[in-house]
Amino acid sequence: MNTLRKATRQQLFLPIVCVILVLAVNMVYDAARGAGIFNFFHIYIQNDLLQGRLINILNRGSEVAILAIGMTLVVSASSGTDISVGSVMSLCASFCCMLIAGFGVSSVESADQFAMPIVVGLIGALVMGVFCGTFNGSLVAYLGIQPMVATLILWSAARAIGLLLCNNLIVYIRVPEFGIYGGYIGCVPTPIIIAAACVLVVSLVLKKTAMGLYIQSVGINKKASRIAGLNSRKIIFICYLLCGLCAGIAGIVASSRITSADSNNIGLNMELDAILAVALGGNSLGGGKFNLAGSIIGAYTIQAITTTMYNLGVSTEVTPVFKAVIVILIVAIQAPPVKAWFKKHSAAKAAKKEVARV
Amino acid sequence: MENNIVLTARGICMTFPGVKALDNVDFTLRKGEIHALMGENGAGKSTLIKCLTGINDFEAGEIRVDGVDGPVKNRSTLDAQRVGISTVYQEVNLCPNLSVAENLYIGREPMTAFRTINRRAMFKRADELVKRLDIHVDVTQNLENYSLAIQQMIAIARAVDMNCKVLILDEPTSSLDDGEVEKLFTMMRNLKEQGVGIVFVTHFLEQVYAVCDRITVLRNGTLVGEYPIADLPRLELVSAMMGKDFDDLVDIRPEGYNDRTFDQPEIEARGMSHRGTIKPFDLDIRKGEVVGLTGLLGSGRSELARVIYGADKNQTGTLKVAGKEVKINQPIDAMNLGMGLLPDDRKAEGIIGDLSVRENIILAMQAKRGMFRLIPRAKQEEIADHYIQLLQIKTASRETPIKQLSGGNQQKAILGRWLATDPDFLILDEPTRGIDVGTKTEIQKLIIKLAQEGKSILFISSEIEEMIRTCNRMAVLRDGAKVGELDGELTQERVMKAIAGGSKE
Repeated sequence: MNTLRKATRQQLFLPIVCVILVLAVNMVYDAARGAGIFNFFHIYIQNDLLQGRLINILNRGSEVAILAIGMTLVVSASSGTDISVGSVMSLCASFCCMLIAGFGVSSVESADQFAMPIVVGLIGALVMGVFCGTFNGSLVAYLGIQPMVATLILWSAARAIGLLLCNNLIVYIRVPEFGIYGGYIGCVPTPIIIAAACVLVVSLVLKKTAMGLYIQSVGINKKASRIAGLNSRKIIFICYLLCGLCAGIAGIVASSRITSADSNNIGLNMELDAILAVALGGNSLGGGKFNLAGSIIGAYTIQAITTTMYNLGVSTEVTPVFKAVIVILIVAIQAPPVKAWFKKHSAAKAAKKEVARV
Repeated sequence: MENNIVLTARGICMTFPGVKALDNVDFTLRKGEIHALMGENGAGKSTLIKCLTGINDFEAGEIRVDGVDGPVKNRSTLDAQRVGISTVYQEVNLCPNLSVAENLYIGREPMTAFRTINRRAMFKRADELVKRLDIHVDVTQNLENYSLAIQQMIAIARAVDMNCKVLILDEPTSSLDDGEVEKLFTMMRNLKEQGVGIVFVTHFLEQVYAVCDRITVLRNGTLVGEYPIADLPRLELVSAMMGKDFDDLVDIRPEGYNDRTFDQPEIEARGMSHRGTIKPFDLDIRKGEVVGLTGLLGSGRSELARVIYGADKNQTGTLKVAGKEVKINQPIDAMNLGMGLLPDDRKAEGIIGDLSVRENIILAMQAKRGMFRLIPRAKQEEIADHYIQLLQIKTASRETPIKQLSGGNQQKAILGRWLATDPDFLILDEPTRGIDVGTKTEIQKLIIKLAQEGKSILFISSEIEEMIRTCNRMAVLRDGAKVGELDGELTQERVMKAIAGGSKE
């Protein structure tokens, strides 16, 4: 009983419960359909590739998970959100493909047509991501512009700049070497590996350096942090920079997945999913204390909901409606008044039990 | 309910995680009395007040208010105001970016026939109110344009204007200077004449004896007793609060302290200034010296210290630290030169509310080491425990968020933060504000101990008494300029004269 109570007090408790709930819905549905209760969790190897719904969720949720890392830091330090990440993803993807294919080329069919090696394109995408992050960070940290307004600029401009870089074309790079980042390494989907690597690196940095303390401190009280010797501006700036880098990585994955740079669709509305992931993870969008693991769970919850919709056979057009309903439920469960109600309820129950025993 | 009783609380209990904050506490307030609520930090004064005003949801006991049948259960401050209980808290809880008038009438604005706010009527009423209370402000100006003291008085004016039966003042005077305190007392005596019951929480003993009729003492969440003021002289009050006999007037200077000589310069400021806050000043502080900054509130005491520390960058002048000319662009530069600043506004510039006591204590030390040299967790815990013990910080654990601590304990944690950096030059801006008598003396002793170890201290306090006890020398400020220095025998009278100006020292 005591351990249970301790567990429920953890920040991650509710986000994990939410994921389990979503998965349980699938289980019940599959069972009712007679497809076997563990159909949803069935993981198998087909054509030498890892398959199954869970793998699918982990794979498809990678981009949002990567974005959620950067978003978590930005939210914590600046009490604001970076709404440009989706567009920046698209810009980075376009820049990457443009570097590889050369300006104005719409399709590359084999490696000898490359204008530049793939690695240059990848590095280019990351540099572009960092550059966008620098731009956002400068506006927010040094000019003091509100985060939403500052990032609104690239939200609307980045996608268009990407289109310009590609000369208004969708650039296809139909070369297996380029498809690897959104495909498979061995039997494991590469996006999962990339997302896991990103999470690992950032967690290690947070654990082994004082960055986590600095970011939270600045997010909670900027003035006091400054007096205590922190460079608040620099810390906020770094968070935006990292967020841009994350967008660059996510852009590479998304672009490699479809072996092309589709400016109009890559990362579309994904900034909202990233923000939602942070919130679903039990993190306050008001900044301050954060939990990276929560955000990552949040990201995969979103993907799990989408996959569940497909599983239930909900048509693509109405999926957003169901998604919205589920999100409302999840957010409501985590709202303070509801939490307080649960606590009171369970306390009353425990008291009753106590009385009964006496 | 007896005729002249306006509020009773019986058997109030309240628990915070790990701490019994109130244990079966009674409290009675009569009509037209000023009732002091006394106790050390964490004794439960603020908690009791929050129970009365509906912020805390107490677990047991009942509250009755004159004119209301049956027990009162306030769920919010709005409920409390409805039954006639108004509160002004230790820290000003108003909206700095709204006008004075808006702050006075927020939530009860005069309306026009079209259900919009009648701004003209609001400004007019606000103006009448502040005039009546003798506060000199332009009610159309934003609140942030006025000093903390004025903001405090506006908060009181707001409470007074709500026709309250019970007015609770939680440390209202901690940011006021003597003249303003006197004005507030006049205001309080007026209200008392009108039959308002006033609960007055303060750490200034002399203020208790200046205005109060009755004293209730709390200790560690329990009631010690209720006494008419005549029955509880100062010394006995202190011992009631602390649970032991204590003389807060003893000389704390150890032998030989006064005979020390200072020759090595630590801080040499020449012509430093910051536009709009402090005019160019020169100041020397030598190794092992305690220098006090005195002057009325708003005379530039804090501002002078902030310029030296780089919290406000100096626009003119130069600074030498330990004989070397230095440039300080921001606080971290000053910290790397061995400085530390305990700011006066604890809530805005001191604590990082959501972080734990441990994180708050190690923050400055970590900032000095840099991001990549994380202090190992075990070491962090050791440091935190050390200062929790040394400064006797009352906290459920070192991992408790600092915002759950009482104000005085927060202050001690911030002091611990700076001591952990082992500074050569420490600026203490109102370190004892809102801190109980016992700890106050402890902090004063600590200052003297640090000075004996060869550290230099710049000490700012509104209490001349405690400055005289600790300082070797004092600089006097008036209207944003340093106007003189006092050394030799420091007496209350000399300091007061210097602050007031007029006759030359």
